[in-house]
Amino acid sequence: MGTIYLDHAATTPVHPRVLKAMLPYLQEQYGNPSGVYHLAREAKKALEAARERVAQFIGAQAQEIVFTSGGTESDNMALQGVARANRGRGNHIITTSIEHHAVLDTALALEKEGFSVTYLPVDEYGLVRVADLKKAIRDDTILISIMYANNEVGTIQPIGDIGRVAREHNIIFHTDAVQAAGYLPLDVNRDGVDLLSLSAHKLYGPKGVGALYIRKGTRIDTLLKGGGQERKWRPGTENVAGIVGLGEAVGLAREKMQERGARLRHLRDMLIAGVLGGIDFARLNGHPEKRLPGNAHFIFEFIEGESLLLSLDLEGIAGSSGSACTSGSLEPSHVLLAMGIPHELAHGSLRLTLGDGNTEEDIKRVLAVLPPVVKRLRDMSPLYSQNAEVSNC
Amino acid sequence: MYSAKVMEFFLNPKNIGEIENPDGVGEVGNPRCGDIMRITIKVEDDHIVDVKFKTFGCAAAIATSSMITEMAVGKTIKEALELTNRSVADALDGLPPIKMHCSNLAADALHAAIRDYQKRSH
Repeated sequence: MGTIYLDHAATTPVHPRVLKAMLPYLQEQYGNPSGVYHLAREAKKALEAARERVAQFIGAQAQEIVFTSGGTESDNMALQGVARANRGRGNHIITTSIEHHAVLDTALALEKEGFSVTYLPVDEYGLVRVADLKKAIRDDTILISIMYANNEVGTIQPIGDIGRVAREHNIIFHTDAVQAAGYLPLDVNRDGVDLLSLSAHKLYGPKGVGALYIRKGTRIDTLLKGGGQERKWRPGTENVAGIVGLGEAVGLAREKMQERGARLRHLRDMLIAGVLGGIDFARLNGHPEKRLPGNAHFIFEFIEGESLLLSLDLEGIAGSSGSACTSGSLEPSHVLLAMGIPHELAHGSLRLTLGDGNTEEDIKRVLAVLPPVVKRLRDMSPLYSQNAEVSNC
Repeated sequence: MYSAKVMEFFLNPKNIGEIENPDGVGEVGNPRCGDIMRITIKVEDDHIVDVKFKTFGCAAAIATSSMITEMAVGKTIKEALELTNRSVADALDGLPPIKMHCSNLAADALHAAIRDYQKRSH
């Protein structure tokens, strides 16, 4: 039996159409886009066609798209670049306690440089309250960075409302849309977004390539210094094949968004209903409705996430966990803790993220495998027997 | 990232459970950290004759728990007190560095159970 891959929020396989689009640029069309000869011009043309497609995908203009090495670089450039370029205007940045570490750790580094950062709390579903954002805004606030949808629990933030608040106060607004892209219709003008991070490999594109949308007129410094590529926004010879792959991936995502969303929602709801109906002391994390179509995130009380993941892996099921043991730290997921979930529960989380390759049969198999795996681990757990004693009283 | 032996002990742990009317009980770790081990022992003529464990934790925590129960059975109290977290990890062909301090508590749990036994018998 093959692997049932349920970790699409971590990465996705390259779609055959994307691979086909990329291949010529690894071999016969290998030109450096900065050159003047025919071969180079062909590469440059492909680069600009991809830029146009990415721009269309988010309702932007082509010259507002800068290609990067992925979501992490885009987030770093947005935060560091805006903070440094706008230091004269102010010193304060607002973000949330549930951001990806590419944003959170960059914010922490900026604090060490002397910037002041507010980390907005979230409610029990992982939602940012717009009222909290309004309260946090100061005269010296220069940047708001709030993710479009959360990578762990899949909660979708009220980006349009946040964008309006940012616009009213004339504050630059960045959103990390790495997880939302392909599942939610993105429109930087509708949502008042000034900077937006994208990554190809979450969208059936290749790893190592992404983009940062920079609204025309936004004051931002570059991270890298070097040649004139990307109009100096991002020096370094362009990853032409990767960028072509990103262009094809967003094109595909645009075409398939409706169909993909409906299919994933159906499978996800089947999975959630089966897990919550079939296993005691299981709960769903994140928002019941405002969640990404492919995201199912659970906590199984009395067991630890890594044991669960390894047990599922031996059954050919690939998932992920916010467990401390899988992240190499002693603290469980910062997202779950920010949602008010206690440490002991946060250790027992399981994230299953669905994608194009998954079928109803996959979900049925997970629903058959999961209960005995959870039972085996609970039978070993001193917390479970203690709890069983309590409930018998 | 785990040795074959860790995986083997994680998948087929020995001596799961709790001894009824144990001579000593030891519990270490806490749910906040993500690892709890509870070890119960039976002692006869200064020898550990039975050991059982219950563990909440990662694969390393479960494998080390199982390993300590097998290492401790038949040992005198003095010998059992000489077992260390390090010797348990070595018997499992090592643990990933990050696990050495967070999930490698089995000898501590056994020692806690022995101390409990010693307290009770004095």
